Amino acid sequence: MEKVIQVNDVKAWYGSLQTLKGISLEISKNRVTAIIGPSGCGKSTFIRCLNRMHEVVPGAKVEGKILINKTDIYSTQVDPVEIRRRIGMVFQKPNPFPTMTIYNNVASGLKLNGVNNKKVLGEAVEKSLRRAALWDEVKDRLNHSGMSLSGGQQQRLCIARALAVEPDILLMDEPASALDPISTLRIEELVQELKQQYTIVIVTHNMQQAARISDYTAFFLNGEIIEYDITENIFTKPKDKRTEDYITGRFG
Amino acid sequence: MDKDIKKKSTTPRGKSNAKKIPLDKIFQAITFTACLGVILLLGFIIFKLFMESSLSVDKFGFKFITSMEWDPVNGEFGAGAYIFGTIVSSLIAILIATPVSVGIALYLTEIAPPWLSTPVGFLVELLAAIPSVIYGLWGIFVFVPFIRQYIQKPIGDLFGWIPLFSGPPLGIGMLSAGLILAIMIIPIITAISRDIISSVPTLQREGAMALGATRWEVIKYATLPFAKSGILGGIILGMGRALGETMAVTMVIGNRPEIKASLFAPAHSMAAVIANEFTEATDDIYLSALIEVGLLLFLVTFIMNGLARFFIWSVARGPKGGIRQ
Ligand SMILES: Nc1ncnc2c1ncn2[C@@H]1O[C@H](COP(=O)(O)OP(=O)(O)OP(=O)(O)O)[C@@H](O)[C@H]1O
Ligand SMILES: [Mg+2]
Repeated sequence: MEKVIQVNDVKAWYGSLQTLKGISLEISKNRVTAIIGPSGCGKSTFIRCLNRMHEVVPGAKVEGKILINKTDIYSTQVDPVEIRRRIGMVFQKPNPFPTMTIYNNVASGLKLNGVNNKKVLGEAVEKSLRRAALWDEVKDRLNHSGMSLSGGQQQRLCIARALAVEPDILLMDEPASALDPISTLRIEELVQELKQQYTIVIVTHNMQQAARISDYTAFFLNGEIIEYDITENIFTKPKDKRTEDYITGRFG
Repeated sequence: MDKDIKKKSTTPRGKSNAKKIPLDKIFQAITFTACLGVILLLGFIIFKLFMESSLSVDKFGFKFITSMEWDPVNGEFGAGAYIFGTIVSSLIAILIATPVSVGIALYLTEIAPPWLSTPVGFLVELLAAIPSVIYGLWGIFVFVPFIRQYIQKPIGDLFGWIPLFSGPPLGIGMLSAGLILAIMIIPIITAISRDIISSVPTLQREGAMALGATRWEVIKYATLPFAKSGILGGIILGMGRALGETMAVTMVIGNRPEIKASLFAPAHSMAAVIANEFTEATDDIYLSALIEVGLLLFLVTFIMNGLARFFIWSVARGPKGGIRQ
């Protein structure tokens, strides 16, 4: 199995607060990897390190090595902007651009990449909105504000925005936490469909969701990785007592 | 304490309510009075201006606005040159101050490290507090000679054939007035823009960054669209200050009621003529004409504000169905 992302002893800080204490793991191509763990354990911090978003927080610092397709993304020759262009990210809270239309929200990533051809943009927008299961709801009002959508629709709009640039890797930070069960199901189906093409890292608080959609699961606790294995093993025969406690809800 | 609670709980509900001081009502009354006071005051000022200027309004009619004739000796009054001077000097100020202020605000919020942006931000606010007469003094003794020597002379030598830059480099004049006004309103617009820009949610910026936006693209895609209407509001405030500014303008504008195409030529302004001449206005028609200038200044400020608001509305309206900030 090809490893697209290789993380080696990554440590991260917010000011003097260390939130990752030496994370090492390898993420397989065209697979879904779920990150689970209690609130505040460093899940968001971890996936933000993968596209160099962690360092944009004032006072934040990263140490260690992350290779993506064998390139060290923290090497000085690498432009973080280039890294972020190739890696899609969906945030924990929906953040469409409020002054842009639905159409322009989805097209924004492509426009940032220099795509201006109307036809190309139009096709990409439709394709991405369809994949994010939003097309039918918005196809008649593409020129309305992104803020005119409900919270769950906004989140799917953000997913469409991330998909439009066709990134190799998609990072999703609890993409379904603001969604109803039906939209959640659609997102889960989407993730299944997308893994044919993309490598997906998804943070989730929902154990069933992790079990349903992921191929690998990493259990984080207090900035450390406690267990990382194929999902089935994590949920049926965890090796670590703490993992077992967490997935069975006896944690705390 | 204990006793109170006991007492309250034993009193019937209706009775205890009747005794309670209606703090909410009092608060409402106070704030309402304050609000009403402002409206009454404004109405009274406008009414007074109308009354006192009626003599001049009746005599000169609409010609008062278009005529440039201002001749107290022969009792001929027309405010055209003053209106022109006020509007043009303020427009120059806005045109120069807006990009500079937004630039400073963006630098302070998006680029400068905190050890630099905090003291600089403080200094900018301090600038806003300098009395205008000091700007005027500095204008006459430092700024005007500088403008004459290093801006008007070289530009006049090169582009003197363009009417806009024709005429002798006097230093004092429309350009200096506009520039002084720009310097005076930069702190206001900067301070407001900075506050607005720093209130743009991090999540918005990060959304653009995660798509691979460069620093400038983050500003273009996330920061400015979000902050646009607030920044324009700051520009309106700055414009209001420029339109009404008296001291600094009268000290550098040259105080000559003429309409010239050249930015280098001396001019005059509405606020300046009122301040300069009200002590000399001994006869009724003279005084009435000055008060009409005041009324027109009110009107000009009002119209410019309205236009600016319309402009904001049209650029910040955003797509359909969205919230407006
Ligand atoms: N911007 C920030 N500044 C300072 N500390 C932060 C910041 N963001 C997160 N932290 C801290 O870093 C730690 C890890 O946060 P992180 O967001 O990675 O947790 P998480 O596992 O994603 O939690 P959740 O499941 O609640 O989203 C927490 O203790 C949090 O308080
Ligand atoms: Mg998180």
